[in-house]
Amino acid sequence: MTSNITRNRTAAASPLSRFDIEKIKADFPILNETVNGNRLVYLDNAATSQKPRVVINAIIEYYRKTNANIHRGLHKLAEDATRAYEATRAHTASFIGGVASEEIIFTRGTTESINLVACTWGEENIHEGDEIVITEMEHHANFIPWFMLAKKKKAVIRRIPITVCGHLDLNNIDEIINPRTKLVAVTHMSNVLGTINPIKELAAKAHARKALFLADGAQAAPHLPVDVKDLDVDFYVFSSHKMLGPTGVGVLYARRELLENMPPFNFGGEMISEVSFDRVTWADIPHKFEAGTPNIADVVAYHAALTYLEEIGMENIHRHEMELTGYAIEKLSRIEGIEIQGPQDVTQRGGAISFTDKDLHPHDISTFLDSKGVAIRAGHHCAQPLMRVLGKIATARASLYIYNNEDDIDILCNALVEMRRYFGL
Amino acid sequence: MSQSLDDLYREIILDHYRSPRGKKPLAHFDIISDGHNPSCGDELSLEVEMDKDHNTLKDIHVDCKGCAISTASGSILAELIKGKSLEEAKQIAELVKRILKGEEVEVPDSLGDLDALKGVRQFPVRIKCALLAWVTLIEGLKNYENGKGDKAVVSTEDEENKK
Repeated sequence: MTSNITRNRTAAASPLSRFDIEKIKADFPILNETVNGNRLVYLDNAATSQKPRVVINAIIEYYRKTNANIHRGLHKLAEDATRAYEATRAHTASFIGGVASEEIIFTRGTTESINLVACTWGEENIHEGDEIVITEMEHHANFIPWFMLAKKKKAVIRRIPITVCGHLDLNNIDEIINPRTKLVAVTHMSNVLGTINPIKELAAKAHARKALFLADGAQAAPHLPVDVKDLDVDFYVFSSHKMLGPTGVGVLYARRELLENMPPFNFGGEMISEVSFDRVTWADIPHKFEAGTPNIADVVAYHAALTYLEEIGMENIHRHEMELTGYAIEKLSRIEGIEIQGPQDVTQRGGAISFTDKDLHPHDISTFLDSKGVAIRAGHHCAQPLMRVLGKIATARASLYIYNNEDDIDILCNALVEMRRYFGL
Repeated sequence: MSQSLDDLYREIILDHYRSPRGKKPLAHFDIISDGHNPSCGDELSLEVEMDKDHNTLKDIHVDCKGCAISTASGSILAELIKGKSLEEAKQIAELVKRILKGEEVEVPDSLGDLDALKGVRQFPVRIKCALLAWVTLIEGLKNYENGKGDKAVVSTEDEENKK
C-alpha cells in the first residue's frame, strides 16, 4: 500500500517524465523561431499542428526523387509514387484500428470529407421528413453541409444540447434519436470546449434506430488512440494537418458496403473503369472517390507523420496531454478574471482550452499574447451556434500538443497576468 | 513592451476604452444603427438625436460589445461627431476609412484623437474592429437622409466585399 502511494507520488512529481519533451521540441524546426523578439510558444494546435523535420523532409525527398503521377504511368517513378501513396492509405487504415485500405478515401481535409458524405450518401438517402441529428458543439464543417442538405431535401435537423459543464445533455436522447433519424453526426472532441463525446454509446443509439453515425475526428485523431471498429461508427473523418502532417490531406473512413453503394463525388480521370461515348463505369473503391490527380506529395509525407505519432505512441500522447491540460486548467483558473469554458475533468476532455477574461475581449488577449511570442486563437472557432449557447461573443483558446510543456503554460499564464496590468485592470 | 503593441494600444485608445464617451442612453433619438463584425462577434449599437434643424447631430449614444479597439473607436466617434452637421460627420467617417486603409492623411488638430487609430494599421486583422463604429454611423446617416425611419443594419463583411 505504502509503496503504491510512493510510486504514484513519484509519478505525479514528474508527470511529463515519460516524454522527452526537449527531444520532441528539437524535431520541430519552427519551434526555434522567434516571434516579436520572443521564443515562439505555439498553443494553436487545434487550428493546425506544426510539422516535424521528418515530414518536411518527406515532402522534399518526394519531389527530389519520386515525383510522378500515380496509378497510370508504366515507368519506375510512377510505380514508386503509386506505391508510396498507397502505403499511406494502408498506414492510415491501420492507424485507426485496422480497417481495410479500400475503406480509406483521401480528400482535401475534414471539411471535404463531410461534404463528400453529404453530397453522395446524403443525396441518395435523405428524404423529406427524415431527421439528421447533430450537437450544439459542432464545428461549422459538421453543421453547414447537413443544414444545406436538410434544406434541399426538406429534412429536419435535430440537435443534442449541451449542459452548463460543456458535456452533451443526453437526457432526451431517445427522443432526439428516433425512428425518423437517418444520420447522427457528432464531433469526437470539441474544438472549443475540448469535450470528448461518448461516440460508442451514441453510435449504438443511432444503430438501434437503423440510422448511420458519422464522427468528426478532426480534434480527436491527433490526440487519442482511435479504433473505428470499436467505436462502431459508419463514417470517421479527420485531417492530416492537425496531426503533424501536411495541409491539404483529409481522410474519410467509411464501411466498405457504404462506399460501394455511394455514387461518386467528383467526375473525371482516375475514378472510372471504362468510358465510351455513351457509357461510363466507375472504378472500384477507393478510387471511385478520388477523381483527378490527388495531393500525392502531401499524402506521401503524411505517412511520416503517422509513423512519428506511432513511435511516441497515441496512449502516451493522450496521457501527456491529460497531464498538461490538468496543469494548464489549474494554473489558468488561479488567474484573476480568467474563466475556463468546458469540462474541468481531464479524463473527459482534451487539450483545447477555451477561456475568457471578464474584462478583456479575446482579440485583445490574442494580440497581447502574440507580442510575447505566444500563439493562441481568438474568436468563434467556426462554432457560432455554440458561442450563442455559451452566451459569449468569442473566446480565447490555447490548444496543446506533444511538443508543449509546463514552461509553455507558465509563459502563457505569466503573460496573462502581465496583460491585465497592461490594460490597467 | 514591444514597440508595436504600444502603438496599437496608445494611451488615447486605452483612455477611450476604459471610459468610453457616449455611454449614456438617449431619451429620444432619430437615428438608430446596428453594426456587427461576424469575424470576431463584436456588436455595436449607435443612436443619434438630431437637432431641430434636421442637420446637426445633437447627441449620440454608442453601445459597443467588443474589443478595446472597437470600443475606443466608438468612443472617439461619439466625442468627435457630437455637434457636427450631417456633411461634416460623413466627411470625418470617410477620413477614418482612408486612415485605416493606410492612406497618408493629415489629421486636423480638431480631430486629434483620430491620429491614435493610425497604429491599428500595423495589425491587419484589427482594422475591422476600428472600422465598425464608423461604418455603422455611415449606414445610419444614409438611412436618415433617405427618409427611412427604420433601423440600419451593417456588417463589416459587407464593407469588406466592397473593396
